[in-house]
Amino acid sequence: MTWDWHYTGEILPDLLDGLRVTVIATLLGYLIALVLGLVWTLLRRTPSRIVNQTVRWVVEFIRSTPLLVQLFFIFYVLPGWGLTLGALTAGVIGLGLHYSTYTSEVYRAGIADVPRGQWEACTALNLPRRRAWQDVILPQAVRKVVPALGNYLIAMFKDSPMLLAINVVELLGAAYHAGAETLRYLEPITVVGVLFVIVSVLSSIVVRRLEARYATH
Amino acid sequence: MPPTDTAPATPEESSENVPAGTARGAPDVPPQRTDAPGIRFEKVVKRFGRNVVLRELDFEVAPGERVTLIGPSGSGKTTILRLLMTLEKVDGGVIWIGDRPLSHMRRGDRLVPANEKHLHEMRKQVGMVFQQFNLFPNMNVLRNLTEAPMRVLGLSKDEAVERARRLLDMVGLADKIDAHPSQLSGGQQQRVAIARALAMEPKVLLLDEVTSALDPELVVGVQDLLRDIARGSDLTMLCVTHEMGFARDISDRVLMFDQGQIVEEGPPERIFEEPAEQRTRDFLQAVLAS
Amino acid sequence: MSDVLEAYPQLLRGAWITVQLTVYGSALALALALAFGLAGTSRHVALRALNRVYVEFFRGTATLVLMYWLFYALPLVGFRFTPMAAAVLSLGLNVGAYGAEVVRGALNAVPKAQYEAAIALNFRPWQRLVRVTLPQAVALMLPPFGNLIIELMKGTALVSLITIGDLTFRAQQIRASTGETTATFLVILVMYFVIAQLLQLAVRYAERRVDRMLGRRPVRRDALPRTADASGAGAVKG
Repeated sequence: MTWDWHYTGEILPDLLDGLRVTVIATLLGYLIALVLGLVWTLLRRTPSRIVNQTVRWVVEFIRSTPLLVQLFFIFYVLPGWGLTLGALTAGVIGLGLHYSTYTSEVYRAGIADVPRGQWEACTALNLPRRRAWQDVILPQAVRKVVPALGNYLIAMFKDSPMLLAINVVELLGAAYHAGAETLRYLEPITVVGVLFVIVSVLSSIVVRRLEARYATH
Repeated sequence: MPPTDTAPATPEESSENVPAGTARGAPDVPPQRTDAPGIRFEKVVKRFGRNVVLRELDFEVAPGERVTLIGPSGSGKTTILRLLMTLEKVDGGVIWIGDRPLSHMRRGDRLVPANEKHLHEMRKQVGMVFQQFNLFPNMNVLRNLTEAPMRVLGLSKDEAVERARRLLDMVGLADKIDAHPSQLSGGQQQRVAIARALAMEPKVLLLDEVTSALDPELVVGVQDLLRDIARGSDLTMLCVTHEMGFARDISDRVLMFDQGQIVEEGPPERIFEEPAEQRTRDFLQAVLAS
Repeated sequence: MSDVLEAYPQLLRGAWITVQLTVYGSALALALALAFGLAGTSRHVALRALNRVYVEFFRGTATLVLMYWLFYALPLVGFRFTPMAAAVLSLGLNVGAYGAEVVRGALNAVPKAQYEAAIALNFRPWQRLVRVTLPQAVALMLPPFGNLIIELMKGTALVSLITIGDLTFRAQQIRASTGETTATFLVILVMYFVIAQLLQLAVRYAERRVDRMLGRRPVRRDALPRTADASGAGAVKG
C-alpha cells in the first residue's frame, strides 16, 4: 500500500473539523485547570487541618489515576446522579479537573519559591496582607510559574485525543472515523501524528522562550 | 617512614628517563636522585577564549625536583598543573614528561596531537591533589583508594586493599577506612585524597592549592603530611600554594609567575628574602599582609 | 457493589496486565532514556543531534496517536505489531523521551571536578562514566523518574482502546454485564491509586538507598511535591 495524496486531500476537511474540537477542548479545559488549580492551592493554605488534608488527598487521588478512567467516570456515572453532560462538556471537565492537580502544584511551588525574606520585608514595611500578596508575592511567583503552566498546556493538548473514548470527534477520532469508512488508516492517522508533533514542538519552543525571558530576575 | 612503596623502576623505564634528564642538561639545583621524570614546557600557549593565559612559556623541572609556583591569581599557575594532568589541551607548543611528549605523540618524526591511548599511557606517571579534594561521594574511603588501582592498574583486590591500608596508615586515618567522605572533616578528606593519588604510584605529583579550602586549624596537619612525603620519596613535585612557609619548606626552587610568564625564579630563601623583581616584592607583601 | 466485587478475578487479571505493561513500558523507557540521555552529553555533534531529534519528536507525540498509528496504520504498510507490542512501544518511546532529558540533565549536574578527579586517576572514559558520574547522577534522576513511571502507569489505561484486557478494559466489560457503572469505576480508580502509591513507595525506598550510598542524611520527602518544581521541566506528562 502506498501513500494516496488524493485521499489525503479528501479527508482533510474532516480532520480540520476534528482539530477545531481538539483546540476548543484543550483551551476550555485549560481555563478550568487554571482556576480550579488555584482553588486547590488556596484551600491547602487554609489553617483547618481537615480541609487541607482532605484536599491534599483528593488532589493526590486525581493525579495518580488515569485521565481516561476519570473521563469514563464523568461521562457514564454522573448522568446516573442526575447530571447529564454532553460528550464534549464531559471531556472538557475531565481534562480541566485532571490538570488542575498539576497547576495546583505549580502554584504551590511558585509561592513556596518566593524567599521568606520577601514576606519578612513586607512585614517590616508594615504592608497590609492584601498589598503584600498583590504587589510583592504574586508578581514574583508568576515569573516562576508561567513556563511550567505553558508546559502543561502542551501536555494537555497531547492528552486531548483520549476524548475519543467518550465519543468526542476530536482530531484523532475524526481520523479514525475517516479511516474506518475506507479501511485506510495510514493517511489520516499519519497526518494527525504529524500535526501533533508540529504543534507540540512549535509550542515548546515558545515555552522555552518564555522560560528564558522569565528566568532573568 | 617512606610514604610510597616506590617499586624499583623497570630497566626500560630508567633507561628511558635518565638519559633524557641528563641530555637536556637539567638545572644544577637538585642532585639527580631519582627515577622520576623531569618536565619541560616548550613554548606552551594556552588560551581561554580571547584570554591568553600562557604565552610561549618555557621552563623545566628536573627529575625529582620540588618546584613551587607562586603568583597572583590568574597568572596561569593552576593552568600549568591542569595541562600536566591533561585536564586542558595546549593551544601551542609541546609539554614533555621525561623524553616523551605529553600533549602530543610521535608519528614518524612529526608530533601530532595525542589520542586518548597516548594520554592514558602518559597519565600513569602523573597524580594530582585538588583544592576541593574531589573524593568520590559514591564510594567509601576504602573504595576511593582501591577503585583506580584495581580498575586501572589491574591490582588484585587483596593487593589494592593492602596498599590502601598502608597509605591510610601513613596519612593517619587507618580508623576511617569504612567511613564515607561526607563524614570526614576537610583536612581528613584532603589526606584521603593525597593517599588516593599516591595509591596510583605516580612519579610526578601535582598539588593545586591543597590547603586553600581548609579551615585554618586543619592546614598544619595536611602540610606536615606533605612535608613528610616530600622528604621520604623521590617524586617530582609541582606545587601551587599561597602558604609561603610551606613553599619554603618543601621546594628546591620557586617560580614567580605573572600574566602567564615567569617573572623570576630561584631557591626559596633567595626569592623570599631578597626578591629581585618589584612584582615579586609586591606580591609577597600582599600575601604576607593577608 | 457486590456484583462488582464478585467479578474480582476479572479485575485481578486486568490489574496484572496493567502491572505488566507498566513494567515492560518502564524498562523500555529506561533503556531509551539512558541511551539517548548519554547521547545528549556526548562530545560528538552527531550523537547530540540524535538526542535532540528523538527527544523533540517523541515528546511532541501524543501517546494515544502513536499507539493508534502503530496499531492501525503501520500494518497497512506491512509492519504488524501485537497489541501488547504496540502498547509497550508507544508508552516506552514517549516516556523515554522525557527520561532522556532527565538523564542528560542529571549527568550535566554532576560537578565537573568529579570527572576531572576520575581523569587524574587515569580511569578510561567508559570507567569515568560507569564508576563515577553515572552513580552520582542516579541520585538526581530518581525523583523525576518516579514521576515518569507513575505517568506511564496512568498511560497504560489507553491500551484498553486497542483491545488489550487491562484494568480499564475489564471495567468496561463488568460495567456492561452488571450495569454497576459507579461501583465499577470507583473500584478500579482505587486500584490504580493503590498501584501508584506502591510505585511511589518503591521509588522512595530507592531514593533512600541511593542517599545512603552517597552518604547523605535521609531527607524527609513527604512534604515535597511529586511533580517537578515550578520552573523548567514541569510537564512530565505523556
